[in-house]
Amino acid sequence: MAELTPKERMAIERHPMPEQRPEDRVKNFDEVPLGFADENAKREAARCLDCKTPQCVEGCPVRIDIPAFIKLIEKGDFDASAKKLRETNFLPAICGRVCPQDQQCELVCIIGKRGKPVAIGSLERFASDYERDNGLRKVPEVAASTGKKVAVVGSGPAGMTAAYEIRKRGHDVTVFEAFHRGGGVLVYGIPRFRLPLAVIDEDINFLEQMGVKFMYNTIVGKSMSLDDLMGPEWGFDSIFVGTGAGLPKMTGVPGENLNGVYSANEYLTRVYLMGANNFPDNVTPLYQGKKVGIIGAGNTAMDAARTAKRLGADVTVYYRRSEEEAPARTEELHHAKEEFITFKFLSNPTEFVGDDNFFIRQIKCDVMELGEADDSGRRRPQPTGESFVDDCDTAIMALGCDVNPIIPTSNPEIEVNKWGVVVANPETGATSKKGVFAGGDLITGGSTVIQAMGQAKVAAAALHEYVMSNGNAFGYWQD
Amino acid sequence: MPKLYEIVEKQDLVPGMALFHVYAPMAAKNMKPGQFIILRVNAKGERIPISISGWDSEKGTIRIIIMAAGRTSTEAVALKQGECFQDIVGPLGEQTHLEKVSGTAVVVGGGYGTGAVMPPARAMKAMGNRVVGIIGARSKDLVLLEAEMREVCDDVIVCTNDGSQGVEGFVTDGLKQLMEKEDVSWVLSVGPVPMMQAVANLTKPKEVKTYCSLNAIMVDGTGMCGACRVSVGGKTKFACFHGPDFDAHQVNFEELVQRQKMFLEQEKIAMEKLEEVK
Repeated sequence: MAELTPKERMAIERHPMPEQRPEDRVKNFDEVPLGFADENAKREAARCLDCKTPQCVEGCPVRIDIPAFIKLIEKGDFDASAKKLRETNFLPAICGRVCPQDQQCELVCIIGKRGKPVAIGSLERFASDYERDNGLRKVPEVAASTGKKVAVVGSGPAGMTAAYEIRKRGHDVTVFEAFHRGGGVLVYGIPRFRLPLAVIDEDINFLEQMGVKFMYNTIVGKSMSLDDLMGPEWGFDSIFVGTGAGLPKMTGVPGENLNGVYSANEYLTRVYLMGANNFPDNVTPLYQGKKVGIIGAGNTAMDAARTAKRLGADVTVYYRRSEEEAPARTEELHHAKEEFITFKFLSNPTEFVGDDNFFIRQIKCDVMELGEADDSGRRRPQPTGESFVDDCDTAIMALGCDVNPIIPTSNPEIEVNKWGVVVANPETGATSKKGVFAGGDLITGGSTVIQAMGQAKVAAAALHEYVMSNGNAFGYWQD
Repeated sequence: MPKLYEIVEKQDLVPGMALFHVYAPMAAKNMKPGQFIILRVNAKGERIPISISGWDSEKGTIRIIIMAAGRTSTEAVALKQGECFQDIVGPLGEQTHLEKVSGTAVVVGGGYGTGAVMPPARAMKAMGNRVVGIIGARSKDLVLLEAEMREVCDDVIVCTNDGSQGVEGFVTDGLKQLMEKEDVSWVLSVGPVPMMQAVANLTKPKEVKTYCSLNAIMVDGTGMCGACRVSVGGKTKFACFHGPDFDAHQVNFEELVQRQKMFLEQEKIAMEKLEEVK
């Protein structure tokens, strides 16, 4: 094939990834996007201009060499493309599915200025799926043993990335996980129709093949302290903590403790960690009525809404601001709308009304309007004086989470800010406790999978330097 | 060495209730009085919280009492010595509020709670308190762990509904009699919600410091899901993380009773399914 001119490249239309039809997919938990066919991936890859100073790389929290992997797809060398991705990102199959590309790499893509940006996320997913489906994935190389032992606390995106980055440098790594299986929020918080279990489990499997050990059902901060881990009994030289933001915020609205009112975390955990959608074959129960109200409009709210829809409910999303301020990825809002979910923007729940049996039956909302901008830069919603009442027999609160408090409360020497978020040096991930590094939602209070991975990479590099200097690096930790 | 989560010893206490010693070294490692574990019986099972009645950090075992009430507890009680639970995680929650008090310290145990109050009772006694245990059952034959309670406590009051042993009536009748005789200044009750509520109602007028251990519906047990929300002093607390012990006079028991009924329908279906499988 002759080399295309930039003009020719720009003339190619963005190829939308084929998806299950909305009317079909609301009846199953299979993945919604179906993946690119080889030729379509090559054509989409041809749209990339291979910029000299690619903005997309700057927009990526882990600095994937995006043009390089895309050009390999264009050449048809899909395996090499996947290998290129893995040079910087251990989890491309996950990132290709759950990253907010529209707010990162694709946002700054140069051809996105004139038309639609290159479908970077879809291509990332394509290359890594090709590698997996064809059994081409190799166990990553591990450097010669350093004799250093590192504990990783939490097996979500931050912990998995840290385990990979630290292990490949030749350290002995043990991951401590509170649940009975690995993956953290990827499993309990992200629906299977966005991220199949097989993708997560394969990455865990590869970590195990690299020699990373996993200890499940173990709660660091309860079973043992961080000091115990770095003491003579366990003998770890350093610790990476990535325990996430898992303490759901509630509204404080009257009726919040009625039966049938869940936090999104509980609702999603019941379904995706415990398999309550297959009750009673799986024993974890889920109570869900016919009319489900979702409070909030972030990604988790969309996940809960689309899950409730698949479990047969009529779903309405209530959000106190307008659609423009909704924090969810554009794609999630779009998918939710396609799936027949009703949106009531500028609607602020003021009360959940129950029946004599203490089950929720109605939701009362104030109708809001947008006033002046607040501290977050978004226009502040304020009541108009009007209100309405909807029937509602299940309500799911998706208002974000606070940091999981077990590590900070059991280790008072770890500094937290006024919101309970662990303070970590942005350059190194170092916490205020000697030898302890952190990354992910624990240090941000709630962000994305890719941010967590980026922070874990940064922390792993610093942790490596720290253990290799026998604990002398990082002057402020001197005794 | 036992397998992970293996039942190294099982003792049938009364029909439908069994005591297990289980090899769970990470849970046993740093257990404190009043904490709990979460277990699954099998790979398809739900996660249920279980109070701890003892542990041996050296051997890596924990001691738990399970009463067959719903699907999961029924399956658990059917497990035999040498078999394994699917998984056990702990210790969870905060430990009991222990202190040296001026008067008598009382632990009230109902059913499985009789085991659960033993570690706090031991700890309170070790702090120099006079500790009285009050345990109750329908009749003499159903009284649990009396001999062990007598070892742990300075005195034990047995209450039976039919009067076949000790005080006739409920544990609250035993407590009432004790409060008439002694200066009771600290109470911990563990057992069915109505029992804990009755104890709280009895001690409230005299302002006796009273704790209860709330075994609410839980999923993860680490504060992540909020299934175990309880109202304490008008504020929403998570039983798994802020508790399980709370000031019983501040607990909204009416709400807790209602919340315990959230999955009643599903529980029925799950039990029917278990019968089918059998």
